[in-house]
Amino acid sequence: MEMKEITQERIEALRAGHKVLAEFHYEPRPVERGYAGKTLYVNVSTNTIGAKPVDERMKRTFIGGRGFDLWLLWNAVKSDTRWDSPENEIVIASGPLGGIVQYPGTGKSIAVTISPLTGIPVDSNVGGYFGPLLKFSGFDALEVQGIADREVIVFIDGNAGLVQIMEAPEESVNSHILAEEIVALFGQTPQEKQGVSSVSSGVGAEHTLIGCLNFSFYDPRRKLTRLKQAGRGGIGTVLRKKKIKALVVKYVGVKGDSNHPTDLETIQQVGAKMHREIYERDPIMFTMRLDGTNHLTKIMNDYDILPVHNFRYGSHPEAEKIYSPHFQKYFVYDAPDGCWYGCTLACAKFAAGLELRTGPYKGQTVTVDGPEYETVAGIGANCGIWDAHAVLEANFYCDAYGIDTISFGTAMAFAMECYEEGILTPEITGGLKLNFGNADAMLEALHQMSRGEGFGVIIGQGVRRMKQIFVERYGADPQFLQDIGMEAKGLEYSEYVTKESLAQQGGYGLANKGPQHDEAWLIFMDAVNNQIPTFEDKAEALHYFPMWRTWFGLNGLCKLPWNDVEPADNRTRYKGIEAAKVPEHVENYVRLFRAMTGRDDVQSGADLIRMSEAVYNFQRIFNLKMGSGTREHDAIPYRSVGPVTDAEYESRAERYDQQLRELVGVDPSGMTTAEKRQALRRYREAQYEKLIDAVYKRRGWNERGIPTLEKVRELGIDFPEVVALIEAHTQKGT
Amino acid sequence: MIRVNNKWEIEWQPGMTIRDLLVACKFTHHYVAVSVNGRLVPAEEYDTWLVADRDEVQVIHIIAGG
Repeated sequence: MEMKEITQERIEALRAGHKVLAEFHYEPRPVERGYAGKTLYVNVSTNTIGAKPVDERMKRTFIGGRGFDLWLLWNAVKSDTRWDSPENEIVIASGPLGGIVQYPGTGKSIAVTISPLTGIPVDSNVGGYFGPLLKFSGFDALEVQGIADREVIVFIDGNAGLVQIMEAPEESVNSHILAEEIVALFGQTPQEKQGVSSVSSGVGAEHTLIGCLNFSFYDPRRKLTRLKQAGRGGIGTVLRKKKIKALVVKYVGVKGDSNHPTDLETIQQVGAKMHREIYERDPIMFTMRLDGTNHLTKIMNDYDILPVHNFRYGSHPEAEKIYSPHFQKYFVYDAPDGCWYGCTLACAKFAAGLELRTGPYKGQTVTVDGPEYETVAGIGANCGIWDAHAVLEANFYCDAYGIDTISFGTAMAFAMECYEEGILTPEITGGLKLNFGNADAMLEALHQMSRGEGFGVIIGQGVRRMKQIFVERYGADPQFLQDIGMEAKGLEYSEYVTKESLAQQGGYGLANKGPQHDEAWLIFMDAVNNQIPTFEDKAEALHYFPMWRTWFGLNGLCKLPWNDVEPADNRTRYKGIEAAKVPEHVENYVRLFRAMTGRDDVQSGADLIRMSEAVYNFQRIFNLKMGSGTREHDAIPYRSVGPVTDAEYESRAERYDQQLRELVGVDPSGMTTAEKRQALRRYREAQYEKLIDAVYKRRGWNERGIPTLEKVRELGIDFPEVVALIEAHTQKGT
Repeated sequence: MIRVNNKWEIEWQPGMTIRDLLVACKFTHHYVAVSVNGRLVPAEEYDTWLVADRDEVQVIHIIAGG
């Protein structure tokens, strides 16, 4: 993503530093019905490499992608494994539908590890070419274990049938340069370059717990490498702990039938229909092809859902300054912008001509993929920075340093509120004036993360650890920090204000990995459309949608083509939340899965949900194995439930007063703001507990949030260790 | 009074159209499905469809979000 050429001299210097530490040869075999039939195991501690078979039960129970990741990780770690233990793994997989080129959104990889932020498995879904190329190289998943004693690269040559661990002392660490070096090292022709994809991170990941992975793909028209991020949960931090500079796959020769599906014709038919729909409907629906996901910023601001000043508020008069048009001037529309072949939804956005004003690359003109809505909302609105250039510059540096823009934005906003509340002072922050809106301070803190110095490193530990540090070192009020610290399970919230949506409070609080919106996004359905008014309605939505969205992660798919475009007659053919399921698209996926795998027993959307349910429950039990996974870990900060401060209450006093009268049964006249806040808080917190009860019941869990033995038997995940875990927790009742 | 999404009450005005109602609700999202007393209103009629007092109106925002 930097425009500079890598010189031949530099390439030779990089090559000279390579020393092969381990080598594994295998016979490349074609993928059959979407599966390679093997997974690849690499240990960088012992320098061992091997292949493991994928049996029929693994396919039936875990399907692929996130399911395979979790199963392999489960077998690799113990209950006391920490993120930095040698046995912790990074597991990356595509899925049986991954790599289809006839249907949009099929190039996703899913990465899983024990998270440094949460101590439980985190799954992160990412574009780029790595997952599909890994599969076509012969492996449904890659698990990387161990901690190397020197900087290494893991290289998979899928055409030659060769896997190597090689010492790599000379390569850069920051992804925007490293990804270019990797392509230059392993790809000679444009076709070869397109066949090279790397997974890397950056120096920021080494000094923080919020490191992301960058997955690359080569853009032949622009002759440069682009990066997509597996952002959540600190997987980049784990990669750098392992002293891995890059995981590299090379496979040249992707074809329309590389998956060898059972029924290619059906896949082509379903894909052709979908492409037509996107061309016709996207311009009048969500303009993904023009704006990417940042079209959401205006909508969220209009509906009081855009996080402003650490989620205090949901809108701001200056938000217009970070709406899509202010980024469009950077976008280059000279070529389709999918992150895998054949994606006509093309939400990836290529921003060029960004002249950096700060940091080690100051003065350089660079390119960056994005910004996504989450980045704009988190670094922009949530930090009160109404400056598109500053947001884009932070986006560039986060990617280059290997830092998750979502955790960065939410953690920075928390630090800024603490600064404005006087909990932090310039003496504590080393002179950083962390007022909301201070873009220079935000960027300097980011650069400090890359250098491993200053207060930026504290921010990079994430909100949960900051809370602890601020209480222990600076005497902060622990209850106040708990209320305003937007994390659950240790993971920072993604960027939606949930105060008026009980269902989305549950969508965040009950998410297996922590508060990320990719499990459930119910705000409009709940708070605006009022389509799920009862606890039972909300519980049903919090069953169906997380299960349905899980299915994309099992198959190497992007969720966007599911509901970011709809058939023209969707809302006349279907009513209520049935329409929100987009049944015609669900049917597309049923047909695709059957046509790929040949599994004729898969007949309906319910069959897909059942696949997800097995993996979802398994992940919940995995949390249990790691010492989490029970009700107390589904608690959420009050800022996500209601107004913490008088200022928040007063800013929406009419709304809250009305709720006190109509919902709580309290007359607010004559009450102080603090009294009104407390009355509302008691009501809202009780509502959340009732919601949890309803969701647990719907999901087949006991009142403590543990799947019942009956449920795990029904789902076919009653492995001995699973049964023992449930029995132990049920008996001790803790 | 007009009941919207079984949640909000908007004061009815003579000659009020669907478009006027959306403005009164501050519903700015461009892609919505509107039903009046259970009957779906075509989008091209939002400027001309007159809402009656005590109508039950449902405005479904079609948005995929995150």
